[in-house]
Amino acid sequence: MNATQANDADERILRTSPLRKLLGRPELGSVVGAVAVFVFFAFFADSFLRAASLSTVLYAASTIGIMAVPVALLMIGGEFDLSAGVMVTSSALVSSMFSYQMTANVWVGVGVSLLVTLAIGAFNGFMLTRTKLPSFIITLGTFLMLTGLNLGFTKLIDGTVSTKSIADMEGFPSARDVFASTITVGGVGFKVTILWWLALVAVASWILLRTRAGNWIFAVGGNQDAARAVGVPVTRTKIGLYMGVGFGAWISGQHLLFSYDVVQSGEGVGNELIYIIAAVIGGCLITGGYGSAVGSAVGAFIFGMTSKGIVFAEWNPDWFKFFLGAMLLLATLLNAWVRKRAEATA
Amino acid sequence: MTETTETPAREALVELSGVSKNYGNVRALEGVSLQVHAGEITCVLGDNGAGKSTLIKIISGLHQHDGGTLALDGEETRLSSPREALDRGIATVYQDLAVVPLMPVWRNFFLGSEPRKGVAPFKRMDVDHMRRTTHAELLRMGIDLRDVDQPIGTLSGGERQCVAIARAVYFGAKVLVLDEPTAALGVKQSGVVLKYVAAARDQGLGVVLITHNPHHAYLVGDRFVLLKRGTMVGNHERDDITLDELTRQMAGGTELDDLRHELERR
Repeated sequence: MNATQANDADERILRTSPLRKLLGRPELGSVVGAVAVFVFFAFFADSFLRAASLSTVLYAASTIGIMAVPVALLMIGGEFDLSAGVMVTSSALVSSMFSYQMTANVWVGVGVSLLVTLAIGAFNGFMLTRTKLPSFIITLGTFLMLTGLNLGFTKLIDGTVSTKSIADMEGFPSARDVFASTITVGGVGFKVTILWWLALVAVASWILLRTRAGNWIFAVGGNQDAARAVGVPVTRTKIGLYMGVGFGAWISGQHLLFSYDVVQSGEGVGNELIYIIAAVIGGCLITGGYGSAVGSAVGAFIFGMTSKGIVFAEWNPDWFKFFLGAMLLLATLLNAWVRKRAEATA
Repeated sequence: MTETTETPAREALVELSGVSKNYGNVRALEGVSLQVHAGEITCVLGDNGAGKSTLIKIISGLHQHDGGTLALDGEETRLSSPREALDRGIATVYQDLAVVPLMPVWRNFFLGSEPRKGVAPFKRMDVDHMRRTTHAELLRMGIDLRDVDQPIGTLSGGERQCVAIARAVYFGAKVLVLDEPTAALGVKQSGVVLKYVAAARDQGLGVVLITHNPHHAYLVGDRFVLLKRGTMVGNHERDDITLDELTRQMAGGTELDDLRHELERR
């Protein structure tokens, strides 16, 4: 053997094999899971591998993924948001009803809706940091209040549980282009939400990995007291994360509104858990401090493949929840193992 | 020589006089005085519940004192937050909350003071610089990490303390407050940490070393402040006291004799 070879490099560097590096990635569990689910449905569902099916799967994934990204960031920051599901509906309702009642250009409603969702997010964050109660309780409260407000206001204003159609209003076509259009690539239509989703994943990844804010997000989730002691603005970081969820709810809500032009006020309940599941499958630790935006996207993709794959395989869709639950358990076990490795003291 | 504005005696970096602190109706600290000079180590000794933690929290800006005065460089002041304390050159290394275990070493090293580059909306951390600096600074303290990307939780307790100390030194701390840096460590690791404490002192920092181990304190300390149930029971310069006397006072002196007596009866 050549003895001079090891002169420059530290001989201990050999211990970190690329495989070990890979094992340390938060997305690992979800990528393995995604490949398994893909192969499974490619084998059992004949139509699964067609381009049109891919488009359907990606669309399903994107509607979850848009929310899973900010929810994942929030979880890395150590908190939950149970109000995320109904906030999407609130966003759509505010936008629709404001435009309709004020007979304004729908873009005005869209803008007001953004302000409202950001305000709800800020409220969640403010209550959390002020009261120091668990986020589970705070956002459970917001969840119930929003559910009630959605139904109550819609009935009060429109008399029924759904909003009036705003399809013939000024600005509707352009807003539909932005939030709910279909882009045709090679004869296959892809929903614009896929672009929103990918853009959010890219921006969130950049924030997490390359900005000061990202460092703060990991820190407040990993060890809040240490973060505060070294001068990280914990309150500002957490409020920002909740406002991020509000922003995601705004995009999702506008998509909901402009794809159907009416909104059912009771929708969205239960979706908050699906966002959390996507984030957890994607490697986010439920206790915070660890995870990635890309992981949440893979989690959402698994969700999309499973929900549509079962349809393509012509099975009873009831099985879907079973698959999702099994994926969640497996992913969490794998993540727990990874964390143990990472935290083990020498 | 003409008269200058400089005072002949060196001004203390931190000076506490008669500081007291109450939590509701509980008196946590009463009449504690302490001086920290550049290039010296001031040891604060005391048993559990003696008020050591409260004292640190006042110096590091987590809590505000209720009575007495706190002066930095001779100027009376009140620290409103850990950030303000940091900005004024006081860095605190806590026993268990010094780092975020799951984050890589380089992210921990710069946490709260990340260097950035680029223009407004695209301002980003200078990651290369952060990685290189972390490796270089730790090497300077004698820690040769093979990978600054490993989670800091994978380092040993002593190494983690040293990373925290290196961080404080790098960020230009004038005063280093160490909360029981050797408490959870073995003999060898404690020695390593004390060596870095001494290294920080030799670089001209004022050090406050909180400990309940008089042996560790006497190895490096220049001044010794003894706390007991929130009050100051001793304030000695190194020349005024021997290790035996320090140990005896620390252990409770006569109380220890009483305890021995009580235990022997059984």
